[in-house]
Amino acid sequence: MGEKRWKSKGRLEAGDRPRRSVLVALVLASVTLITLDARGGSDSPVEPVRRAVGEGFGPVESTTSAFVRPFTAVPSYFRSKGDLREEINRLQTENAGLRREVDTADLDRNRLAELEGLTRTARSTGYSLVPANVIALGPRQSFSHTVTIDAGTSSGVHADMTVLNNDGLVGRVVRATRTTATVVLVVDADSVVGGRLGSSMEIGVLRGRGTGTQSPLDLELVDDSVVAEPGDVVSTFGSDGGAPYVSGIPIGKVTAVYSSPRETSRRAVVEPLVDFTSLDLVGVVVPDGARTGRGVIKADGGHHR
Amino acid sequence: MSLLRALVAFSVVCLAVVLQVSLFPHFAWEGVVPNLALLVVVAAALVRGPQFAAVLGFVAGVAIDLAPPADHIAGRWALALVVVGYVAGRVRQDLRPTAGSVVLTVAASSFVGTSVFALSGLVLHDPVVSVPEMLQVILVAVVWDVLLTPFVLPPVMALFRRLQPAEVAY
Repeated sequence: MGEKRWKSKGRLEAGDRPRRSVLVALVLASVTLITLDARGGSDSPVEPVRRAVGEGFGPVESTTSAFVRPFTAVPSYFRSKGDLREEINRLQTENAGLRREVDTADLDRNRLAELEGLTRTARSTGYSLVPANVIALGPRQSFSHTVTIDAGTSSGVHADMTVLNNDGLVGRVVRATRTTATVVLVVDADSVVGGRLGSSMEIGVLRGRGTGTQSPLDLELVDDSVVAEPGDVVSTFGSDGGAPYVSGIPIGKVTAVYSSPRETSRRAVVEPLVDFTSLDLVGVVVPDGARTGRGVIKADGGHHR
Repeated sequence: MSLLRALVAFSVVCLAVVLQVSLFPHFAWEGVVPNLALLVVVAAALVRGPQFAAVLGFVAGVAIDLAPPADHIAGRWALALVVVGYVAGRVRQDLRPTAGSVVLTVAASSFVGTSVFALSGLVLHDPVVSVPEMLQVILVAVVWDVLLTPFVLPPVMALFRRLQPAEVAY
């Protein structure tokens, strides 16, 4: 150890000043990379490199995540029998309530199906989903909200596809490698989604704030005479050709409404339905009948390969 | 032999990047995770000096910028970690690497690194985040990096010492 100290000190005395040219070259390389990527936008020259790096890192991230998954489930092993009994009671009560609801809901659903059948004859009512797990999350230090999922082009997942989970809209795919895809969450500051108010069918634009993982979204209504009510559910308006967002996916609930005389439109705060802090199983909306390498969950509850 | 050394250093950086996105989100506080790649660069700077650390910082930064799920403008973390490698390497010349100075260097490096990244975002408008929000994230990141220092720095520094060429005459 002492010898090492001495050695490194000797190196100091020998003048271990870093060659300035190396530093300058590295900074210039970084700035060049930034310029290339900033100017190019979505078809930037860095995109192929990004994809290639993704091909390499994707499987490693999948493996790591698969290795970590059993350990994240450990806390649930330590629940006592009492806790479990309590939960069974709670679930039984909930089940009874749900059963009652389903009995009455059938009639409503049939009526709705008839109405929908009239208005949307040709369009398919549901979407086919490719199931996927979240395997990596972007650090908040990068100030963007993105995740990696373990389904890629080999499973029929491509850029500009809608990603959702049981609760509602999660985000959209920005790029896909063979085995993984990168998803921008709706809470990201760059995310813009067309939304429709459930109560008045009015349309508006939802923007992410990019502050925190569970931050609310801002809804700007196109028509300023319409007032959003707290509790209103906002769903996707849908994009042309279903890309990047298909229509009718619930996004969130209005929690507060603001209006300022200076702005021409009213702003509403929308709380997302999806819990982004514990995101795991998601579904990617793929075209009906798409050929994918893994099981697809069909709109009618069926399952095909 | 030097190729092997480079390969080992490269795999340490890759491992850090993968753990950062796949393992640590489970322990994240408000989405902020410890920046393992930055810790590796600081370790390299303390053992091998600014030049090696700046090069390693560039490699680590590019890896963070390009590995999924990154979607920010590429090159921003590269720039931040080049600065970190250089600054941390210079600090080491004035201080003997004791436990206290290592922790201080990590804290300063983490602050500088995340700040450079955040400021480059302000300049490029990618994404637009408020300054108080940035400060909060930067401070949490510093706390995380300092907390992880006793677990990450000693083994990584030992590894880089072993990787050091037997002859150090330049």
